[in-house]
Amino acid sequence: ELFYDAAEARKYTQNSRMIEIQTQMSQRAVELLGLAEDQPCFLLDVGCGSGLSGDYISEEGHYWVGMDISSAMLDVAVEREVEGDLLLADVGHGIPFRPGTFDGCISISAVQWLCNADKKTHSPPKRLYRFFSTLYSALARGSRAVLQLYPENSEQLELITAQAMKAGFTGGMVVDYPNSAKAKKFFLCLFVGASGVLPKGLGAE
Amino acid sequence: MKLLTHNLLTSHVRGLRPGGGYPLGIQATEVKLSPVDFNAQFVARMVPKVQWAALLQAAQSLGHGSDLPPEPAPGYESDEDFLRRLHHVLLEVEVVEGILRCPDSGHEFPITKGIPNMLLAEEET
Ligand SMILES: [Zn+2]
Repeated sequence: ELFYDAAEARKYTQNSRMIEIQTQMSQRAVELLGLAEDQPCFLLDVGCGSGLSGDYISEEGHYWVGMDISSAMLDVAVEREVEGDLLLADVGHGIPFRPGTFDGCISISAVQWLCNADKKTHSPPKRLYRFFSTLYSALARGSRAVLQLYPENSEQLELITAQAMKAGFTGGMVVDYPNSAKAKKFFLCLFVGASGVLPKGLGAE
Repeated sequence: MKLLTHNLLTSHVRGLRPGGGYPLGIQATEVKLSPVDFNAQFVARMVPKVQWAALLQAAQSLGHGSDLPPEPAPGYESDEDFLRRLHHVLLEVEVVEGILRCPDSGHEFPITKGIPNMLLAEEET
């Protein structure tokens, strides 16, 4: 279910196993962002929930804004006094930020929800495209978005990836522990513009 | 909502002109100050992203206009007084309750418990 009520939201946030998994995935997502070292960054957390991934971002010395569609989860984030700023929003309606705002974006276990048509008017491909195209714009050139997700099937994975590419991203899927049913994790790693390191000049070193 | 977030936030209702929906007008009924650790490097990194006129307008509307330093001058990266004052306005002044208004569509986004509600009805998307 897309929406958590207040009691569920609190329960989820207090479950220590849940916290551990969320923190591990956040750590991996931030690692995959490949941020410049020793530089405080401004990050977007899509589907920030109660702010568990945000806590990790803050611990790493970065700043963040979180978006979530569940006001119950955001209320828990406020109670927990997270450091990031929070927005109640449906990312299927777009990322409402000026071009080049963020140095990176992470998302933990959220983007697959965009594949659900919760209302008659919802078209998953359109919502995904709107999300990715506005995310692309809101990211600084050369930055990355790393979206951990739980796809239901390979068609869903293809749909999500295709809409991201259509929006201008490059990159692709990184699969951790592909041979373990339990530990297998999908991270969609998306690049904005040129993201590789500058090639060394011929004859240098 | 911090003023840094406000400065970067735009309206996203359907049919805005390119670059429209910015800056969102602020009508605040509750504002609080929350101390945040000063990080000179972060504040300096945000300077090129900030739209100064919008920041000045927002700070003034919340009664913190006089806290804002003058526009960044060359060498601001090492001007600690400038960075500390900007830090205060960007990160410590928070709108707790109020309304954000899209300057083009007039759409209102309520702020409750510090959280702007950016949800749109389907026909607005
Ligand atoms: Zn002040």
